[in-house]
Amino acid sequence: MQLYLPIADIPVNVFLILAMGAAVGFVSGMFGIGGGFLMTPLLIFVGITPAVAVASVASHIAASSFSGALSYWRKRAIDPALAMVLLSGGVVGTALGVWMFTVLRGLGQLDLMIALSYLVLLSTVGGLMFWEGLRAILRVRRGVAVPLRRSGSHGWIHGLPLKMRFKRSKIYLSVIPVMVVGLVIGFIGAVMGIGGGFILVPIMIYLLRVPTSTVIGTSMVLTLVTMIIATMLHALTNHLVDAVLALILMAGGVTGAQFGARAGQKIRGEHLRLLLGLLILAVGIRFAVELVIKPEDLFTIRETGGAG
Amino acid sequence: MMRRVSLFAVGCALASGVLLGGQAARAERLIVSVSNHRVTVTPNYAGEELVLFGSVEKDDKTPSNRGNYDLVVTVSGPRADMVTRRKERRFGIWVNNDYRQFLKVPTYLAIFSNRPFEAIAPPEVQRRQQVGLKNVLLTQRVGPDYADVVPDDAFRSAFVRLRSEHGLYREATAAVTFLTPTLFRTGIPLPAEVPIGTYGVDIKLFADGALVTRTETAFEIVKVGFEQFVATTAHQNGFAYGLVTAFMALMTGWMASVVFRKD
Repeated sequence: MQLYLPIADIPVNVFLILAMGAAVGFVSGMFGIGGGFLMTPLLIFVGITPAVAVASVASHIAASSFSGALSYWRKRAIDPALAMVLLSGGVVGTALGVWMFTVLRGLGQLDLMIALSYLVLLSTVGGLMFWEGLRAILRVRRGVAVPLRRSGSHGWIHGLPLKMRFKRSKIYLSVIPVMVVGLVIGFIGAVMGIGGGFILVPIMIYLLRVPTSTVIGTSMVLTLVTMIIATMLHALTNHLVDAVLALILMAGGVTGAQFGARAGQKIRGEHLRLLLGLLILAVGIRFAVELVIKPEDLFTIRETGGAG
Repeated sequence: MMRRVSLFAVGCALASGVLLGGQAARAERLIVSVSNHRVTVTPNYAGEELVLFGSVEKDDKTPSNRGNYDLVVTVSGPRADMVTRRKERRFGIWVNNDYRQFLKVPTYLAIFSNRPFEAIAPPEVQRRQQVGLKNVLLTQRVGPDYADVVPDDAFRSAFVRLRSEHGLYREATAAVTFLTPTLFRTGIPLPAEVPIGTYGVDIKLFADGALVTRTETAFEIVKVGFEQFVATTAHQNGFAYGLVTAFMALMTGWMASVVFRKD
């Protein structure tokens, strides 16, 4: 069934987009991530312009993170104070990200920057995860006890001023690194069309020492709010949010996520990390190939001014 | 005295020129009509063809030896500014580098004739009358100036080629058919991607390599349906559109958490 996407301005097969949403939802449910870093590239590979893909996926991530955040809220697995401090940085970062997006689009370098950022981010994170997963598996094979990584000394972070007590997470931490993390994630998210959960969660665990009981729920609140703001700002400034596309993605995504979550519980943690690492790495490589091979057409046209 | 005489002579010459010109213009008249003045594009619109009909009306002032008429029909859509960019290899990757700005160029352009342009008029007339895609004026911003460039300029030809690939720029030299020596028709193909707006149709009648007369008509393309409503709202009312989209996201997320609630 063909459907014309009003903003992306191309006809697409509804079932293809629905299936993509479900597949990404499945993966995101399985790994407990938002899935924006998979959704945006898939849309780009299908032929939707990077700008529309980024702007529309923002609302898709908002939907999936809202359903996630609700269930974590019921389990009281969200630290409201920590979420607020993260958000104070995240809101600013998102606004900066959308502004950057608009500037790059005007310069004609947006598509390149999106591809480059994906390449750098995905190959780094994917590579690290893959390596981590592989080492963990080898350790288990050899029968070496997995050391709990809770004892490292992050003196400089804990030496920062403006310390605050986050009751539910039971940590005592300066608000500065928390706000900076929020800002960076908000910025990256708005430019690249990702929730940023797959970067945020490791940072919160390893750098900020947030306990695993509250980390995912709290990061989902940040994702939710920054993505809602990103949707609003992209709609206001660039008029690139395709609501029809977003709705199909949401419908597929939230359904797929439920089955993914069940599948994820059956797989061992380190195998899960290895798989996710491979997946992220593969998307990164796909972008690298795109950048390096000679494009079919060196020329592109974009309308800049209205009819008149 | 001499001056007055010469002025008088000039006046006479001008008057007769105007008279002659007027006669020439009135010798033939073009009467045209398009099959539909308002094309509605629905979501499942897959492109259609508009038909332009017309006839050449002669009168007693028409030179009797005039037999072969030639027609050039130019259809131009709403105008817009566009940027053409060229990728170049930088540090091993392909990057948008050089670009040209095209100012107020037609978003849709079709040029049809009954036989090859070279057979209709000499190159000079073709250029002056903008006959053929290579002669159409496509204004570029070149530094502080505005000018069209030579037809084989890399950016201009890439622009025309890309628009042609989408069926938005086209030229066909056998598209106009004469049903009788004076009655003609041509189809105007409108692909699914046609921009909405007012389209001007310019019909030029040539005889013996010179422009004899011309006339104009117009039609309008409007898009209807939900998709168009969404697109219009997104552009004209970004705030409300964003709010609705955000609300839709929250509703979907909430519904999913209710439907699939496990605890």
